Amino acid sequence: MTMHTLSVLVENKPGVLARVSGLFSRRGFNIDSLAVGETENPDVSRITIVVNAESSPLEQVTKQLNKLVNVLKIVELDPQVSVARELLLVKVRADRNARAQVLETVNLFRARVVDVAPDTLTIEATGTPDKLDALLRDLEPFGIKEMVQSGTVAIGRGSRSITAGPALRAA
Amino acid sequence: MTRPTPETLAHSARRARTVAESTGDAEHAPAPRPGAVPAGAGRAVPAGTTAAARQPVPAQVSGAGSLVRSLEALGVDVVFGIPGGAILPAYDPLYDSTVRHILVRHEQGAGHAATGYAQATGRVGVCIATSGPGATNLVTPIADAYMDSVPIVAITGQVARPSIGTDAFQEADIQGITLPITKHNFLVQSAEEIPQVLAEAFHLASTGRPGPVLVDIPKDVLQAPTTFAWPPTLDLPGYRPTLHPHGKQIREAARLMAAARRPVLYVGGGVLKAGATEGLRKLAELTGIPVVTTLMALGAFPDSHRQHLGMPGMHGTVAAVYGLQKSDLIVALGARFDDRVTGQLDSFAPDATVVHADIDPAEIGKNRHADVPIVGDARHVIDELITAVTSEQKAGHRTDLTDWWTQLDDLRERYPLGYEEPSDGTLSPQHVIKRLGEIAGPDAIYVAGVGQHQMWASQFISYEKPGTWLNSGGLGTMGYAVPAAMGAKVGRPDAVVWAVDGDGCFQMTNQELATCALEGIPVKIAVINNGNLGMVRQWQTLFYGERYSNTELGTHKHRIPDFVKLAEALGCVGLRCENAEDVDRTIEAAMAIDDAPVVIDFVVGKDAMVWPMVAAGTSNDEIMFARGVRPAFDEDEL
Repeated sequence: MTMHTLSVLVENKPGVLARVSGLFSRRGFNIDSLAVGETENPDVSRITIVVNAESSPLEQVTKQLNKLVNVLKIVELDPQVSVARELLLVKVRADRNARAQVLETVNLFRARVVDVAPDTLTIEATGTPDKLDALLRDLEPFGIKEMVQSGTVAIGRGSRSITAGPALRAA
Repeated sequence: MTRPTPETLAHSARRARTVAESTGDAEHAPAPRPGAVPAGAGRAVPAGTTAAARQPVPAQVSGAGSLVRSLEALGVDVVFGIPGGAILPAYDPLYDSTVRHILVRHEQGAGHAATGYAQATGRVGVCIATSGPGATNLVTPIADAYMDSVPIVAITGQVARPSIGTDAFQEADIQGITLPITKHNFLVQSAEEIPQVLAEAFHLASTGRPGPVLVDIPKDVLQAPTTFAWPPTLDLPGYRPTLHPHGKQIREAARLMAAARRPVLYVGGGVLKAGATEGLRKLAELTGIPVVTTLMALGAFPDSHRQHLGMPGMHGTVAAVYGLQKSDLIVALGARFDDRVTGQLDSFAPDATVVHADIDPAEIGKNRHADVPIVGDARHVIDELITAVTSEQKAGHRTDLTDWWTQLDDLRERYPLGYEEPSDGTLSPQHVIKRLGEIAGPDAIYVAGVGQHQMWASQFISYEKPGTWLNSGGLGTMGYAVPAAMGAKVGRPDAVVWAVDGDGCFQMTNQELATCALEGIPVKIAVINNGNLGMVRQWQTLFYGERYSNTELGTHKHRIPDFVKLAEALGCVGLRCENAEDVDRTIEAAMAIDDAPVVIDFVVGKDAMVWPMVAAGTSNDEIMFARGVRPAFDEDEL
């Protein structure tokens, strides 16, 4: 099984996310990560789905997704020619003794401190899942009190872009 | 011809009144069809909608009025439903409408009636229910229509918008519930949307791969004042069914068809839905390739045609099962390699190259890899295949299929469909069904429930024309037959409609016979009453050591219910037939009655079984011609 990143352009309407995620669970797929937001066109949302699957069942689920009336376009992003990022917010135990070491780790990973409390630091980091995993590994010894991660968002490299197509632009 | 009832007379009076009042009223004139429907995509747009001649004049109406006006504008002539709290506002304008509302006894009946109507006419069937339990009672027929790709539109009332999500009285999230079993569904958010949503619902239901669409309308939306203008503009940017196949794929398919030594045309329900039966016959005769028609495609190719091998699958003919199994080329047209057809998938047709044509790209390669995938409407696919095959033949490419036909003919001769008369002197169910088909003839519409009687009806009635065989194929819904027959009879009142039902199935939905009696819908029901859940009993006989756990229904032993008395209580004529001598006479007596529904209680033996059979999960190679009898295949000839 391999990780696949699907970019799904959908109509920005109520209930569309439920249709898309419901289809995955119905057909027996586990979504690894999911991120959704508006695009350059406010009528269109973009759902980025990372799924761990064999390629032939994935093709079937992609075809089923394409049948959803609110789905406009599906593109599988090749990791070689796309940029994928996640956002991580993590609250780390950092009292007076550990604070300097935590800050050093933060700098090494080009992360940022977004909140300070007497005994904790809250750190914001973006990057590939690999990079964020490495950051977490390094922070773990200090004590992770709480963390939250976004789903992966991804975009193709180069000047070509994925758009909803002429049908929607004309509408 | 139909006996008038108070209900039908009242409707005629309303209709006459409405027509008289509407003279000179521009808004009530036949409305134009939705102008935004892409040309060529509106295959099943309801009849009666004609091209726009005048500009629409917006009318001040309620949301409910807008709903009813939209139905009229879409050419809907009949809807099946039951009113209730949330949908009640819609029933007021419906009272004056040209749309005939048939008041059913259970919402499941409304759903299957819409399905039967759609399958018999090719037009969109419509059912209406209220919120909560009314809507959930539609779930089974919606799932049924989804599995069999039947164009129906279900309209449900919903609690008022401020109450949604509060567990209000009779609230159910029917949009969420039907998400996996509809082609699409809508929760209408404002009265202004109603015409557009209805037009979109009908367009989605009837084009591409047809299917059910649900429109859920909150009560306050139905009550809100709005304007009605027609036609609305459709806004479905994500919906673009591919109708025309790719030329390169067609040429490749034609090349394979001209070169194959053991080809088979595997025809599914898509051919009927596309109205491609004439083309199919031409293609078959042009190529000489044998044809098998699935349970959903009976009538797509005449059963009497020399090239027809019969139905493939679990209870298919030996020749059809074997033909697919040993083929070197399968040309699948609007079929989906269902598990009941393929048997154990790994061992299905191991030597076959597969050409798979379907309007739904997701069907292609879903179960069986397609060597030549073709996405398109079956009518276009078949027409283009005819052209491409003709050019192949002109170029001198044609294979002699004589050896193949010799093998298949030999199988047909050695293993024809048949049955043994019961040794205990009971009436043979197969005989009853066979005679019914012979007496009612190929112009009648046959509607089956699910089980043994369904399989016998598929085997022993000869289907010669499209739209003459209706059944629940994919979902296998017991109780389908009576309401679906009602819908079919409403859609095609001049056709004789026979439901072939089992005693188990019949007890699930026979309440709709009251609807038939009151609304003047003279269907005929042949209850093949073996006193048991016959197909389950057959499996218990074969696979559970004859331990008949909970399959005896008591309709023989205790005659509960007495189907003749039940029929009479429901306003129908009830007849009973218990021996072979009376079969013809009883069927003819039922055929002579055309002013009331008729139920015949055929009391038949309980031990008859459906053969041939490929046991579930086994390979088609293991087909049994009869109990303990495996066909002898001459493997060396292949």
